[in-house]
Amino acid sequence: MESLYGTWPWYVSGFLIGGVMLALLYFGKTFGMSSNLRTMCTMLGAGKTSEFFKFDWKTQRWNLTVVLGAMIGGYIAVNFISDPAQMVQINPKTITELQAMNIDAPDGKLLPDALTSTEALQSPKILGILLLGGLLVGFGTRYAGGCTSGHAITGLSNLQLPSLIAVIGFFIGGLVMSWLLLPLFFN
Amino acid sequence: MKFIKFLFVGIVFGIVLTKSEAVSWYRIYEMFHFQSFHMFGIIMTAVVVGVIGVQIIKRTNMKDITGAPIVIPDKEKGFTGYLVGGTLFGLGWGLIGTCPGPMYILIGAGFYGIGVILLGALVGTYLYGVLKNKLPH
Repeated sequence: MESLYGTWPWYVSGFLIGGVMLALLYFGKTFGMSSNLRTMCTMLGAGKTSEFFKFDWKTQRWNLTVVLGAMIGGYIAVNFISDPAQMVQINPKTITELQAMNIDAPDGKLLPDALTSTEALQSPKILGILLLGGLLVGFGTRYAGGCTSGHAITGLSNLQLPSLIAVIGFFIGGLVMSWLLLPLFFN
Repeated sequence: MKFIKFLFVGIVFGIVLTKSEAVSWYRIYEMFHFQSFHMFGIIMTAVVVGVIGVQIIKRTNMKDITGAPIVIPDKEKGFTGYLVGGTLFGLGWGLIGTCPGPMYILIGAGFYGIGVILLGALVGTYLYGVLKNKLPH
């Protein structure tokens, strides 16, 4: 049975995420999380070397506030409304597949220890994987003009063909990585 | 405080993404291997709610909180950038299971190792800015 402390059902979660997107429209803004990466680059001085970062980052303070809220939300969710015994109950077949790659089963954890435990973070290989993954996400999202929030949620909701193309790209890349490349990274 | 509403929206977003486990590497792996309907259900429900909401906004010419008409900017026409950029994004998403929203959420939730991913994403964004004019879009 579902409880507040376990995994929230997809229909509740999807409804609320759609609601977040619509709430931002009502507040006169457009939902998009990856724009904040560009804003942060600008704040760090990237405008000195690239035109792309020359804009007044203060116009994006509202979005940075959403980021701050999201961090607080993550903190609240993990510390006050989580019961590991009822969380991340994934397909047993998935767990078997992951074992073959030496990736630990969730057992109520959101992320595998193989990626984010203190021990894993001392491995140059794991640090390289995290950095490479971040690099691909950061580069790809700007090249595609948006991420899961900007394209998959906002763009598709507004029936934008470019967003559909981008989302197809997300899945091409994700499927290639997950099926073909991931086993080469973890073995 | 005009920023309070954005803080509130962010908090709801962070809680929902954590509690739906869309921030979980396991859920993303499971999605790409079609071993659960969960993530597909989340995205589809969000889009259905979004499409209905956007249609209502457009057909009733709804105004935003300041009284200005709500405008959702159209995405620029194009193909290559969306497909290639999207595919690169997907390669990263499939590897680390973290898209830009969850990066911040997970750091807030105490997974400080995700800071390495955020660093990578900032470098990636910067590289795109530098190379933008040389890339096909």
